[in-house]
Amino acid sequence: MSDTKPNPLPLADLVRQVRKTREYRKLTDAIPYTRYLGIGVEDVAGEMLCRMTYTPKLIGNSMLPALHGGTLGALLESAAVFELLLQTETERVPKIISLTVDFLRSGKAQDTFAKALITRQGRRVANVRVEAWQEDRTRPITSAHALFLLAEP
Amino acid sequence: MSDFTLPEDKAGRLERCSVFYTDVVPHNHALGLKLVDIGPAEATVELPYADFLVGNPETGVLAGGAVTTLIDASCGSAVFLKMGRFAPLVTLDLRIDYLRPARPGISLISVAECYRLTRQVAFVRALVHQGDKSNPVASAQGTFMSTEG
Repeated sequence: MSDTKPNPLPLADLVRQVRKTREYRKLTDAIPYTRYLGIGVEDVAGEMLCRMTYTPKLIGNSMLPALHGGTLGALLESAAVFELLLQTETERVPKIISLTVDFLRSGKAQDTFAKALITRQGRRVANVRVEAWQEDRTRPITSAHALFLLAEP
Repeated sequence: MSDFTLPEDKAGRLERCSVFYTDVVPHNHALGLKLVDIGPAEATVELPYADFLVGNPETGVLAGGAVTTLIDASCGSAVFLKMGRFAPLVTLDLRIDYLRPARPGISLISVAECYRLTRQVAFVRALVHQGDKSNPVASAQGTFMSTEG
């Protein structure tokens, strides 16, 4: 199959490849929505972080200005999805079951970082906590708790 | 523009709120969100299907994040309508349950209702569907706060 359709790689193959090569951009660009929002995965001092690069289209309130709450929710969810794809055996995009977001501070017009922590991974369900921050990691701007359904192996 | 009060009549309110989407909220505009109907404390917002919103390239299903934005936007509008004016508004929290995957190629419609408004906090719930309200894609509940005063 992959001989006749060399490009793009099936997602599972791409995920396996990126786990080895750590060319995260290949994976984050393969998902149209994360490419659109400018969400990428980076190695920062040996830790895998997500970064949403600031662009004016992310603004939700042009008077403050502040990032749209929806884009922060999207960053948190994407960080959880990439954590599951890159740090576990999951090879398909996990399906979100529920997401609870706390908005702690307004997001400024600048890059935003996120780190996901898998708090439980069962055979079918994963629980993930995520935090997002801007210049000071000890002062998160949003946090979330998400549940995902994992594809049966 | 110092007058943030919404007009009394429905057509006027719908127009003022729609202009707010395109002029004041760049991200709503970027995603193509459209305010399609309003009530005294309800907002119906449509997110047209688009390839750049896809979260799973294998299935074409929209990203949850796009649904989050749709819900957040519709809930905020419902609060403005309940208050009868625009005010600086922040989302305090939002909980979304994804009831079934959205079908690719079809718009998502969020119907949000601000069912309780206190002096400082607004309580909102929303249901997202693709044309059939009895088969919703997501349900949500959120709280918002006006930052003025």
